[in-house]
Amino acid sequence: MRTKEKLVVVGNGMASLRFLERLTERAPGRFDITVVGAEPVAAYNRVLLSSLLGGEVDEAACGFRGLDWYAEHGIRLITGAPVTAIDRAKATVHVGDTFVTGYDHLVLAVGSLPIRLPLPGGDLPGVITFRDFADVTTIRKAAVEHARAIVIGGGLLGLEAAVGLARLGVDTTLLHVMDRVMERQLDHTAARLVKAAMEERGVKMLLSANTACIEGHGRVERLLLKDGTVLPADLVVMSVGIKPSTALAAACGLEIGRGIKVDDRMATSDPRVFALGECAEHRGVSYGLVEPAYEQAEVLSRCLLGEDAAYTGTSLATSLKVSGLPVFSAGVVDTPDGAEAIVLHDATAGLYRKLTIQDGRLAGAVFVGDISEQARCKDLIRTGAPLAPHDRDDLMFGTPAPSPAKTSLAA
Amino acid sequence: MTVPASDAVVKTTCPYCGVGCGVLASPDGQGGAGIAGDTEHPANFGRLCSKGSALGETLGFEDRLLHPIVDGARVSWEGALGTVAGGLKKIAEQHGPDSIAFYLSGQLLTEDYYVANKLAKGFLGTPHVDTNSRLCMSSAVAAHRRAFGSDTVPGCYEDLDEADLLVLVGSNTAWCHPILYRRMADAKAKRGTTIVTIDPRRTQTGEEADLHLGLKPGSDTALFSGLLVHLAGQGAVDRAYVAEHTAGFDAALERALTIAPTIAATAAATGLSEADVGRFFALFTRTRRVVTCFSQGVNQSAQGTDKGNAIINCHLATGRIGQPGMGPFSLTGQPNAMGGREVGGLANMLAAHMHFDNHEVDKVRRFWSAPNIITGEGMKAVAMFEAIARGKIKALWVMGTNPLVSMPRADEIRAAIAGLDLYVVSEVLATSDTARATAKKTVLLPALAWGEKDGTVTNSERRISRQRRFLKAPGAARADWAIMSDVAKRLGHGAAFAYTSAAQIFREHAALSAFENDGTRDFDIGGLADLSDRAYDATAPVQWPLTKRGPDPRKGRARMFADGRFYTFDKRARFVAVQPPALAQPATAEHPLILNTGRVRDHWHTMTRTGKSQRLSAHRAVPFVEIHPDDAARYRLTEGGFARVTTANSSAILEVTISDGVRPGDIFAPMHWSDMTASNGRVVALVRGTPDPVSGQPELKATPAAMEPVAYRSRGYLLTRAATAAPSGWWWTRATVQGGSGLIFATQDGSREVAMALRGLFPAHELAEYSDHARALYRLAAYRDGRLMACLAVETGERRPDWELAKQVFAAPEIEAADRRSLLSGRTQTASAGPVICACHGVGLDVITATIAAGAGSVEQVGAACKAGTNCGSCIPEIRKLLAPALARDAA
Repeated sequence: MRTKEKLVVVGNGMASLRFLERLTERAPGRFDITVVGAEPVAAYNRVLLSSLLGGEVDEAACGFRGLDWYAEHGIRLITGAPVTAIDRAKATVHVGDTFVTGYDHLVLAVGSLPIRLPLPGGDLPGVITFRDFADVTTIRKAAVEHARAIVIGGGLLGLEAAVGLARLGVDTTLLHVMDRVMERQLDHTAARLVKAAMEERGVKMLLSANTACIEGHGRVERLLLKDGTVLPADLVVMSVGIKPSTALAAACGLEIGRGIKVDDRMATSDPRVFALGECAEHRGVSYGLVEPAYEQAEVLSRCLLGEDAAYTGTSLATSLKVSGLPVFSAGVVDTPDGAEAIVLHDATAGLYRKLTIQDGRLAGAVFVGDISEQARCKDLIRTGAPLAPHDRDDLMFGTPAPSPAKTSLAA
Repeated sequence: MTVPASDAVVKTTCPYCGVGCGVLASPDGQGGAGIAGDTEHPANFGRLCSKGSALGETLGFEDRLLHPIVDGARVSWEGALGTVAGGLKKIAEQHGPDSIAFYLSGQLLTEDYYVANKLAKGFLGTPHVDTNSRLCMSSAVAAHRRAFGSDTVPGCYEDLDEADLLVLVGSNTAWCHPILYRRMADAKAKRGTTIVTIDPRRTQTGEEADLHLGLKPGSDTALFSGLLVHLAGQGAVDRAYVAEHTAGFDAALERALTIAPTIAATAAATGLSEADVGRFFALFTRTRRVVTCFSQGVNQSAQGTDKGNAIINCHLATGRIGQPGMGPFSLTGQPNAMGGREVGGLANMLAAHMHFDNHEVDKVRRFWSAPNIITGEGMKAVAMFEAIARGKIKALWVMGTNPLVSMPRADEIRAAIAGLDLYVVSEVLATSDTARATAKKTVLLPALAWGEKDGTVTNSERRISRQRRFLKAPGAARADWAIMSDVAKRLGHGAAFAYTSAAQIFREHAALSAFENDGTRDFDIGGLADLSDRAYDATAPVQWPLTKRGPDPRKGRARMFADGRFYTFDKRARFVAVQPPALAQPATAEHPLILNTGRVRDHWHTMTRTGKSQRLSAHRAVPFVEIHPDDAARYRLTEGGFARVTTANSSAILEVTISDGVRPGDIFAPMHWSDMTASNGRVVALVRGTPDPVSGQPELKATPAAMEPVAYRSRGYLLTRAATAAPSGWWWTRATVQGGSGLIFATQDGSREVAMALRGLFPAHELAEYSDHARALYRLAAYRDGRLMACLAVETGERRPDWELAKQVFAAPEIEAADRRSLLSGRTQTASAGPVICACHGVGLDVITATIAAGAGSVEQVGAACKAGTNCGSCIPEIRKLLAPALARDAA
């Protein structure tokens, strides 16, 4: 019997797990699989971190697969152990100081690192990022009674972190440098609705807020804005974005751009080494969302089994819930000149929909509150198919119910 | 009199058409009342039509005139009455009393009418007293007088129950006299009565008839002349009756022979098929019990009197009059047109069915002790308003009617009124077109409305019923008779007008009817001249005549002329040799269509009352014009689009309804809309109104007109809690809706401009909006404290906006989330998936629970079935919760 090919996966996040699931579904027992994760637990749902912070779910609820699942599928799982080096010439991976394992195929799914703003005082104790279970623990410790927290960053993660903090009873202020939150996904109106939803959840929102520095004696005590505003703070959470984690790949000489460069088969510059998820850079794009990572995991699992699969990129759509408020954004956000906008807006009902149409084709969609028609929007934006006459109404209002209500009204 | 206790049920009479139905009003003590039909009233036996049933919705005080106003300023009654009396006195002195005119109304009570007539004709000394009844049934009056020597309706409603053939001429009975139509339908069901309709328009009545004759406008005389010839030819003439009780048969038949000598000639003259004409003639010939009902289609004509006589001729020739189940029957349009005729409140009458021969004038002068009794006829409505334009009339007092909407060539009337020295309007509404017109001196006097005033009315079968008071007088409003009596006192006639109650006036009116009568006048209610106040209050509906000398002075007579004796000097009825039919104004190349006017089912006259009811405003909310499909194609008109209807007199812009119910070449438009309710909807203003030479009733059914399409860039509607004015230059119409007021509009502005113009109406509201300006769509809902205050929808001008859904939502006391969506989407309901659980794939709660119910037992199976939870997975905890009960159930 031929020895199994050795597959080593570095990283045990959501992309890693989805890849393992697809691979073992397709070819159970085909590879001798080792997974090495830096965090002390098996892959969990990072999307739920803010819910965990807010106490809506516990750590167990964030988990995907128990250790038994890894065992049943013949996967050797090593957690709490960072990979320290890769020797591509020898095809080995060094885990910690002592453990070395060889590979036939190596998958890098090492994720990304939160960006820390280079602010004066940015390294004071009490200034943290929000990325994993450990951060949640740190924040929860700081979130004592009467604690005041500042979240810097009005992207999705910052909003989620702020809501989680507010839910803990912490006096929470969110600062965002732009004049609207989630500016890459939302237009002004949608952003206002999200802002209102945040305020409803107890978060103070400061837009166009430029942080000058953070001050404190041995620990964060206050934050100063460039306009001179002083904001007292016991905790500052920076959530201003992520950057692909590339140090390991760079150290072993793989080609690096913003992330680890991969082709349509998710292969790096070394054909035996693959990368997927937030650490990868595909066609010049590094994604920070789970959906492209899952698509990449799907493609890679098939490629490794010799199938002819290719990843061609994910259209830039965002579907998410900002603290329970459904939000969807795809394609262009602000209406360009020459395009038509169809807008529906009921602020009290927390409802907003905008379709941007250019040359009879859907160019963008922004929904808040009810995102039911998002799948069709994504399809239409991706394919660029011309809109049918009923599409405009159906995308805005939903497909008419086939109930007899309408006919009885007319009669 | 006292206002009844709030729990009392008051018997009164409906204020709409001439059927005169009994109504039970149950005041709620807060200014409203419950309304039901009076099962004991012989006109309706408990039934009410849509208009009558909705009377409770019309009692509100919106737009009510509550205080006297002189030249726009609120004044005391003292001041207002002084202005009126002083003005009348001065004008009479300077220009003579006949420079004063009164324009009265079939909505006035008999007692009000009596006092107005007495004041003008006996004390001021002006003969110029006419009434909107001139527009309604004066041709029937004239025809009656020519045939019977008196204005007598021969039959009664029971004749409708007992007829075997009902011929409805120029009458959309099903819509305009609905309760009588129900009786006719009952007769049809019970005894197989055949119903024939004769009308250029196939109305709802025509739709349900056994035979509909859609004749050419104005050709009725030819049809009934042909019938007279046919009756003679078939030996169906009652020679004995004709010989003994009539005169003029031979001349009438000779004339008829020149008009319609044969069935073929009749068919040619009327535009009907010979078969239909023959069928009708045969039916009439062989059926003894035949009632011919006629209404505005006959009366509102430049030859209306001849039309009426052509009909009556056929009944006299066959002796079918005065007996059960037969006779000519004028269905009057107004609640008290008959009462007005009884008191003599028309320009060609003096009083109490007396006219202007010397004896009659002297009788009335003596009865009234009148210092200034008139001795001849005054000017009838059309001539009266023309005299105002000429400057002959200097003072006009309008009571309870809206001539600026209902008179032909009303645009000229508005201009004429501006030249009056004194213009007095006794009104209920402050905002009616007539109340908003102004002269050199304009006085508005607040009058009592239905439910507040007290007196009597007479219906189409000569039945006198009480209209009783069940509501308090609002503001400073007063009874018309009291207002006029006070003016009379200020003019020095206090003794003759010292009235303190309606009962007192009624007794005087009854006494005058019997005064030196001795059977010479049909109208005699001397049996009621001694009613006590209590007996007057308690009076049950009675039919006149009720003479003192009769066997039972309190019991009236159902049918007249049973003895074949009429009120001519020789007691013989008269045949009338009628003129050949011809339209006063035929169609021309410039105005190729013939405009017919009339009513819709649920509105009454100028909508000042029915317009307050949301139910009544729902049936037809927009002023419209009906046109035959062939003509619509010819003039490029589309269903639901707009058309400008132009005549020599005016133009209107109406919504187009395409219907083969109108004949090619004819168009029909309802007369209800005014400047109060529409921007360009005054239809009677289009009409020339050539008067009938005998009755003076103007032609309202045949005016040459042209039509052309009018295109608007945008159309829409706006629902608000209080009425909102449209920006100037827009086409609009207003209708009451449940919970507020609806504005339907059309404009050359685009949706963006409309949004800009109307958004500003709602400061301090929360706005929900939908805009797709590329498709000219805009919708808005305005909320305050969670309550829907307004909703607006704008669409492209090519479509008729549908507001039914919005009206439903607007009417609801509370608004549901789905309705908020509907207001913006214009869709009743969309396929609901429930609140979103899986944001990534947009999977709703309902879909997930259905998936679980269908057998999905794990997060993975749910994901495989409906995709929920398969992307970011943040909803998996929620899916697990949803799974828990199902899993527990399976485990158990």
